Amino acid sequence: MTTATAPPPAVAIKKRNEFLYFALRNNKLRVGLIVVLLFLFLALIGPLLTDYPPNDYVGPPGAPPSSEFWFGTTTFGQDVFTQFILGLRATFLVGVVGGGLGTLIGVLVGFVAGYRGGIVDELLNMLTNIVLVIPSLAVLLIIAAYLEVRGVLAESVFIGFTSWPWAARAIRAQTFSLRSRDFVDLARISGMGSMKIIFGEIAPNMMSYLFMTFILQFGGAILTAATLDFIGLGPTQGTSLGLMMNNALLWSALHLGMWWWFVPPGVAITAIVGAMYIMNVGLDEVFNPKLREM
Amino acid sequence: MFKLEEISKVYRVGTFGGKELRAVSHVSFEIGKGEVISLIGESGSGKSTIGKMMLQLTPITSGKITFKGTPVSGLKGAALKEYYRHVQGVFQDPFSSYNPIFKADRVFENVREQFFPTVDDARWDEKLRESLRGVGLNPDQVLNKFPHQLSGGQLQRLLIARALLLDVEFLVADEIISMLDASTRIDVLNLLADLKARGLSILFITHDLSLGYYISERAVILFKGYVVEMGSTDRIFSTPLHPYTRMLMASVPRLDKKWAEVEKEVRPEESQVEELPAGYTFFDPEVAREIGGSGHRPQPVLVEVEQDHLVACFEPGDIPPTA
Amino acid sequence: MSLKVDNLRVYYQTLQGPVRALDGVTFMVEDGEIMGLAGESGCGKSTLGYSLIRLTSRMRYIAGQVELDGKVVPIWNDKEMNPFRYKQVSIIPQYAMSAMNPTRKIGRMTAELLKSRGISYKRTLPEFKRRLDLVGLSENVLEMYPIELSGGMKQRMVMVLSTLLDPSLLIADEVTSALDVASQKAVSQMLVEFRNRGFVKSMIVITHDISILYQIADTIMIMYAGQLSEKAPTEEIINSPRHPYTKMLISSLPKVGVKYSEKKLSGIPGKPPSLLNPPSGCRFRHRCPAAFDKCVEDPPFIEIDEGHFVSCWAVFQEEGLDIDQVPAEEGPPGAQILEEALAKHV
Repeated sequence: MTTATAPPPAVAIKKRNEFLYFALRNNKLRVGLIVVLLFLFLALIGPLLTDYPPNDYVGPPGAPPSSEFWFGTTTFGQDVFTQFILGLRATFLVGVVGGGLGTLIGVLVGFVAGYRGGIVDELLNMLTNIVLVIPSLAVLLIIAAYLEVRGVLAESVFIGFTSWPWAARAIRAQTFSLRSRDFVDLARISGMGSMKIIFGEIAPNMMSYLFMTFILQFGGAILTAATLDFIGLGPTQGTSLGLMMNNALLWSALHLGMWWWFVPPGVAITAIVGAMYIMNVGLDEVFNPKLREM
Repeated sequence: MFKLEEISKVYRVGTFGGKELRAVSHVSFEIGKGEVISLIGESGSGKSTIGKMMLQLTPITSGKITFKGTPVSGLKGAALKEYYRHVQGVFQDPFSSYNPIFKADRVFENVREQFFPTVDDARWDEKLRESLRGVGLNPDQVLNKFPHQLSGGQLQRLLIARALLLDVEFLVADEIISMLDASTRIDVLNLLADLKARGLSILFITHDLSLGYYISERAVILFKGYVVEMGSTDRIFSTPLHPYTRMLMASVPRLDKKWAEVEKEVRPEESQVEELPAGYTFFDPEVAREIGGSGHRPQPVLVEVEQDHLVACFEPGDIPPTA
Repeated sequence: MSLKVDNLRVYYQTLQGPVRALDGVTFMVEDGEIMGLAGESGCGKSTLGYSLIRLTSRMRYIAGQVELDGKVVPIWNDKEMNPFRYKQVSIIPQYAMSAMNPTRKIGRMTAELLKSRGISYKRTLPEFKRRLDLVGLSENVLEMYPIELSGGMKQRMVMVLSTLLDPSLLIADEVTSALDVASQKAVSQMLVEFRNRGFVKSMIVITHDISILYQIADTIMIMYAGQLSEKAPTEEIINSPRHPYTKMLISSLPKVGVKYSEKKLSGIPGKPPSLLNPPSGCRFRHRCPAAFDKCVEDPPFIEIDEGHFVSCWAVFQEEGLDIDQVPAEEGPPGAQILEEALAKHV
């Protein structure tokens, strides 16, 4: 009885499967991902855990955490927990949309400028420099004067459109250096087209770089939003983690010992952004085989 | 098979491309089937640029390259791909030729995707293994590995194997062994010579004279982008005529003769740049361009001084009697 | 007055364990001798060069002794080495010519360098200028920035700087690799000139290009996988090598006048062993055509002919030595000593 022998493993190993294999086994990636997903989950189911709108005065002012108010109350008697949960949502939205948009524009501009070079590069550089130099705050003030009602989405979009230049620069520089490597020449004499080379050879080499760009954009977007919220240019209605922290500062929470007001939002922002950084380190190991064997 | 006619490559540099940089200047030569030609020059001589132009990795500024009669510069799209079926290249740095995040096999995958999309797995595997054996590699030792897990010699051989998967007739070998260890260099070099015996034509780009002598019958000596001497390696090496060639021969460290001895034979001091007769200038394209105008010396033309030995020199010196 | 190295062991500390880069190296360099140190990548030649002057952060001194002009050189102690560096032992590192601060004029850079060693620039200046002239550099170079000099000029500049205080020993690490052919020749000949004029007493020229060594070195020492294979006067190494590795290495080098069609050269099959876990005994034995059972023991580096040292049992047998009487090289230190040595950060 002959056992059917499987044909020798195909020479071409599917690269997607291989990355996934290592990704699922990388500790840093797993831990970071879990933390982020935890907060995300909290943000999604949040509204189910709370009964009242965030800014209503529902409890005794300045009360520490109790069984009724899990995160205590603010100086005005607002429920910190409600604010926290809903603020988490807004923050995630700004981070994802604002950061995501910024990354998208920056990456596209960077890739094209870096790969094509020449006059295309010059034009895109000019554009990048112009946007970089415009004082976004001033522009926002002008926009704010014209828009009656502003939502979180509008804020995110604005942040996205003004934060991409540095990402474009970084991506362009990386693309430039990768483009002159021999393996790109080899890909060309293998008959591969430009787009295939950019997305098949160059981009994967920069995956961790791209993700890092997104992380920084995400974090930056959150912090920018907090600043805007604080000076009143944020959404006309609603709350965010950044706003909570700034309010806490404004009302001397630190001096008055009301740690429950600023510690949760602070910890949340730090944890989310920190977890994303750790994920990035893990991702670098997944994508860079040399680091893997360490 | 390949014919280069008055090839030039000019880069525009400086702000708004005001200045010119002549990397290659009016180079012409031919390569026949089953021939290995050594393109010898130091850095800045333009030898790599010529290789890149032949591979269409950089456009030709002026002149014509024809492959079997068809001009190469006009090729695009499908025609270009067809060209790559017959003309391939291997580059200097084995570790830079591979995308470090993928396995080395990816270079084969790419070729398969582009040129053999319909071949099934089993047949492809067999073809690949045959090709690897043909370059002296054990398939089980080199397949499925990352570039950093393989040695420089193995990586270069993999690249040659990749080229052999196609119906390659011509290979541009750009300094392919200069980054390898001494003991592996000769193996890769011998491999090229074997392939030549099997009909492959090779443009062997190098800065090392002894390698050129070992592997090819004809050589082209380049200096600052133009050909200074050209012809059979025997003739060039036994009687170098151009001052630059003589300087090269006298300066290359050899394992059989000390410098003092070689200098006596080659007498480079008679062709020292500083000691040339008044009014004679060692043709330097950059200097020529700067002088410009009426003081501008035209680039010297290649003159056949004896059979299969051409020199681009206004005063080639003593011409030894032929035969 | 000479360099004596005795059973030197220097390992690299890595995450995967110690890399035994230099494992029991014993040799001598006489006064006035230019010794070429050659071998393929990973053989330990650069490690040897550096361990004689400055252990880098990953290097660990394990065992052995270095003596220069009769005095012990404390390579294991960074502070105690200071008075030796630059004054007694000097080095021209591999990338020296590209390591010059681009924002400093040459003169100022030299002054800063000398000051850091406690030497007055003003007083050294006349000699400095004399030497610059000797290597064909004009005084004006002192007022130039590195970028204004060509590769060959920078290398000559670095050579003068490194030997300004007339060191006893000069280590030149791949000083000709990145230069064009004419500069290579000029720089190599300059090294010999420096020795002839007494600016340096002896020299170790590290390179992978054996043909340069043929041109300028008095003796050549070949290394393989962290151990010494052979050392002999230049002519003997090139024309009558004894060690199998040297023989195969020399015969794999193309020479002008040798064609493939007339005489096909051959390389050395196989790869050098990993130095994390090298084989016991002679590290070349797995690739050696002359290997036999004795080779599992480490052959010592002994003199079989005047000035000709070899480390090979087969060669000892050829010479008529009774190999059972010849003591094998001692192995690496025991695990405990090793651990202690690795933990000591210089």
